[in-house]
Amino acid sequence: MKQLLVLAGLAWIWLATPVMAQGTPLQDILQAHQKEVERASRKTIDTVLDALARQAPLGMTEFLEAWAAKDVWMRKEDKMFFYATTEDKKRYSLIDLDSGTVVAEVGKRDVKQLKPNSGVRGVIAGYLVQFQLQDNDISRRLAAVIAIERNPDASHYDPLQASIATETDSNLLERKKRLERLLTVRFATNETARIAAIRGLAGDLGLDARAALNPILATRWRVASEVPQGANLARTVLPDASEWDVDIADRLLVQAGILAPAVTLQDVRRTLEANVIAGRVGGVPVAQLHTQDARRRAYEALVNAGKAPVYRLPLGLWDWSDVEDLQTYALAAVYDEVSPAVTAAAAETLATINRTVGINQALDLGLDALSLASIYFLAAIGLAITFGVMGVINMAHGEFIMMGAYTGYVVQLYIADHTLSLIVAVPTAFAVTFAAGVAMERLVIRWLYDRPLETLLATFGISIALQQLAKNIFGTQARPLTAPGWLDGAWVINDVVSISYIRVAIFALALLFLGLFLYIMRSTRLGLETRAVTQNRRMAASMGINPDRVNMLTFGLGSGIAGIAGVAIGLFAKVTSELGNDYIVQSFMTVVVGGVGNIWGTLAGATMIGVLQKGIEWMTPSNTLAAQTFMIVFIIVFIQFRPRGIIALKGRAAGD
Amino acid sequence: MTPRRTTLAAPSTITFLMVLAAFTLAVTVMSEGIGQGVVSTSFVKTLGKTMCLALAAVAMDLVWGYTGILSLGHFAFFGLGGYMIGMWLMYARTELIVLASLSDSTIPATASEITDAVGTQIFGVVGSAEFPMIWAFADNLVLQLLLVVLVPGLLAGVFGWLAFRSRVTGVYLSILTQAMTLALALYLFQNDSGLRGNNGLSGLQNLPGLGHVSQDIVSLWFLWASALALGLGYLFCASLVSGKFGSVIRAIRDNEARIRFLGYSVEGYKLVVFVTTAMICGLAGALYYPQAGIINPAEVAPIASIYLAVWVAIGGRGRLYGAAVGAVFVSLVSTWFTGGQAPDISLGFYTVQWVDWWTILLGLSFVLVTLFAPKGLGGLVDVLNRRSDPK
Repeated sequence: MKQLLVLAGLAWIWLATPVMAQGTPLQDILQAHQKEVERASRKTIDTVLDALARQAPLGMTEFLEAWAAKDVWMRKEDKMFFYATTEDKKRYSLIDLDSGTVVAEVGKRDVKQLKPNSGVRGVIAGYLVQFQLQDNDISRRLAAVIAIERNPDASHYDPLQASIATETDSNLLERKKRLERLLTVRFATNETARIAAIRGLAGDLGLDARAALNPILATRWRVASEVPQGANLARTVLPDASEWDVDIADRLLVQAGILAPAVTLQDVRRTLEANVIAGRVGGVPVAQLHTQDARRRAYEALVNAGKAPVYRLPLGLWDWSDVEDLQTYALAAVYDEVSPAVTAAAAETLATINRTVGINQALDLGLDALSLASIYFLAAIGLAITFGVMGVINMAHGEFIMMGAYTGYVVQLYIADHTLSLIVAVPTAFAVTFAAGVAMERLVIRWLYDRPLETLLATFGISIALQQLAKNIFGTQARPLTAPGWLDGAWVINDVVSISYIRVAIFALALLFLGLFLYIMRSTRLGLETRAVTQNRRMAASMGINPDRVNMLTFGLGSGIAGIAGVAIGLFAKVTSELGNDYIVQSFMTVVVGGVGNIWGTLAGATMIGVLQKGIEWMTPSNTLAAQTFMIVFIIVFIQFRPRGIIALKGRAAGD
Repeated sequence: MTPRRTTLAAPSTITFLMVLAAFTLAVTVMSEGIGQGVVSTSFVKTLGKTMCLALAAVAMDLVWGYTGILSLGHFAFFGLGGYMIGMWLMYARTELIVLASLSDSTIPATASEITDAVGTQIFGVVGSAEFPMIWAFADNLVLQLLLVVLVPGLLAGVFGWLAFRSRVTGVYLSILTQAMTLALALYLFQNDSGLRGNNGLSGLQNLPGLGHVSQDIVSLWFLWASALALGLGYLFCASLVSGKFGSVIRAIRDNEARIRFLGYSVEGYKLVVFVTTAMICGLAGALYYPQAGIINPAEVAPIASIYLAVWVAIGGRGRLYGAAVGAVFVSLVSTWFTGGQAPDISLGFYTVQWVDWWTILLGLSFVLVTLFAPKGLGGLVDVLNRRSDPK
């Protein structure tokens, strides 16, 4: 039996000879390090990798990838390694490492899966990078480059450089060159090469470029008088400079032996409390210790008695105008990087990068402002009709927006396809809010045309009723109105400037509505009649126009447009019963600031409010509430100077 | 064309004051504090708060019903008054607590240690310990009481001067006042506003130094104070509207251009009314929030000011008692419905829960009142009296 096995083994070796001609089989090398492979650890993995690298067997990279992916198995009886496939996790087909053929079928208990720990997997992955970087498959090369970009390491530098010479794909070549530059900046020892690489990053907007440069400029604080000759000094700061940090200075100066440890007021208090003897501390009665002066006297007494450390005020409480020799307390920021040429180059490059980033951020902010402006415009355009043209103050306008958003949500419940449901939702929302608007005009507003303040109250009543109704029907939690897939994501112009497609779509929608409004008002019968009724109701009536019908349709149109705006707003905002509330004041502001009765005014108003809000947000980045407050205050002041808005109607049409 | 004058001795004023006095007396007699215990302390507080709301409504009537300025910002002035008194209440009470806790320590505390401890107590919740500038007078009751009227008055003065000067009128003014209210509310919502942001000021029901007096008694004190303020405020407004001043402001409401051509300073009159009513609202708020116990920025939100206008509309504009009655009626009915005390109505297929449906009913009732009863509840009085317009 044994002989047979040996014979079989000999036959196998003979068969495998062509393979062997190119080196020792993988299995043999692995068997030479059987223990280290089976129980791989960070300490032993290098031995295995070294052995593999020396003999470079065929199929090595595949094996290493499989090993790291936990796809290698060991047969328990002879401790040989195999790849394996399994259908049912009970029977395993073992595949030979070298020949790639199935050599045995075994049960689950006969094999053991190799599960290297994450540290080992990391080492293997790092080792593999050099092979992957030169792989014939471009997707694997790309994957390797991405892996390095995510987690750069000094060991990647040489393989990456070697791979650049052979790279055929021009895009990937660019990427590799950039990556090489980043690695050079971070890990190279040759100063000239580093400086060249640093300069090469000028104008690079990538975050990783800044991440590579910033550590070079990292500084550490030292006491200025203690900085050794030849240190790479960034700057020296005197105590009256804003950069001079009290806490750091206190700690460093004490460490340097220049100052005694600080005694804070709390320390004084604690020391005094610990030294109360018969109702007195250092001769001062306890009852008198309610002023700092008395406490100071008591403390000095304790110091003289040797019971407390010398009193030294914390630096934060010093009056620097009394200190003559500020230089003693100066701090120096010293670069960790020793070479001044490198830090100078890095500082210069970073400055140019920051300048470019600044310009691009301004561009990005401009896009943000534009998209916010189009949202406000969208929310306000319905109001521009009902309030601007007709002069009806409709506090329920926000609720029409909400109704539109909820209509979109309900349509989505019945039509699963988001694109189709959006196409259905827009006309449905228009129909629903048009009907609501017409009903409201017929039932309520018609009776109040000559009492604008009462219209405000009545429509406010409708507003809170509709809000509560929505709350009763849909509950208080936000309902999703999901945008179709093609609106997901963002249009990325570069690493700084990007804008989401939904916002682009809303901008387009706002432009569309502007065109629609202009068309209806200027070129249709309804527009003509609306303008006639607005200008002179009785004259229009005597010309055969039915003012009631025109008012009803116009109001319905304004409400319907609010409904469509609601669908658009619902795509990016939370659909709740308070959705309209968030827009109502801004919408009125938009119309009033722009100038009532003029669509271009509304456009100007929306632009101004959008730009202002984004601008103020940029100035107070942590506080959007403050931005809104300032914006409203600004608008109130603005109205003082242009009470009729940016674009004021002139002549008769402007009459009160 | 001699203008009809409502004299101070008008039957409505006397009736109102007598009803108010009788009501206060009755509540006192039935209270838990010193009376029979039929009316619970929390209800005494509700009644006291309602009187403050009525006072604000009377002021609102003066500015809207008589002068024709639909201000959607008067509840902001009300809230500001509450904040001003709240600052003193909170400071003084926290200081007492801090002093008590520091008195155990071995050596007496210094003044700055006390201030720091109080600051940490009050502003720890918004991650700060420093007293902002606006708390400079918080330790002084008299100054802070002055601020109760001065701060709303100053805000109203600046805002009104700007707005009236540039002839912003009608709905535009309403929208502008609403924007002012929104700006104020948003400002107060910030954590670094110096007024504890979203948390607001709390524990206001505890009067500093009077911890030993039970809330049963304190609630009565506030009831009396509120009744007194309402009575005096009513009398003040009634005297304002009964004389020449009243005639001028009503004329402004009815035809602003004409009264300007007659040589009256329309802006001056409007400003006086706007500022005075803002101060009255501030005072009412200062009495309201110690009874409510807490004030936060949500109280100042624009919707509260609109509700104030609605109370006046439902009660009947252009008559002071109408405003008071409207405020009392709507706010008490609201409390009843939203407090869950109203019985649910089962329709078989659906149960009407008043907590959910009350707001809808209220909203629709504005519409109905505006459409069909522009004179509000006050119109009923006319019907009963068979008299025409009492204005």
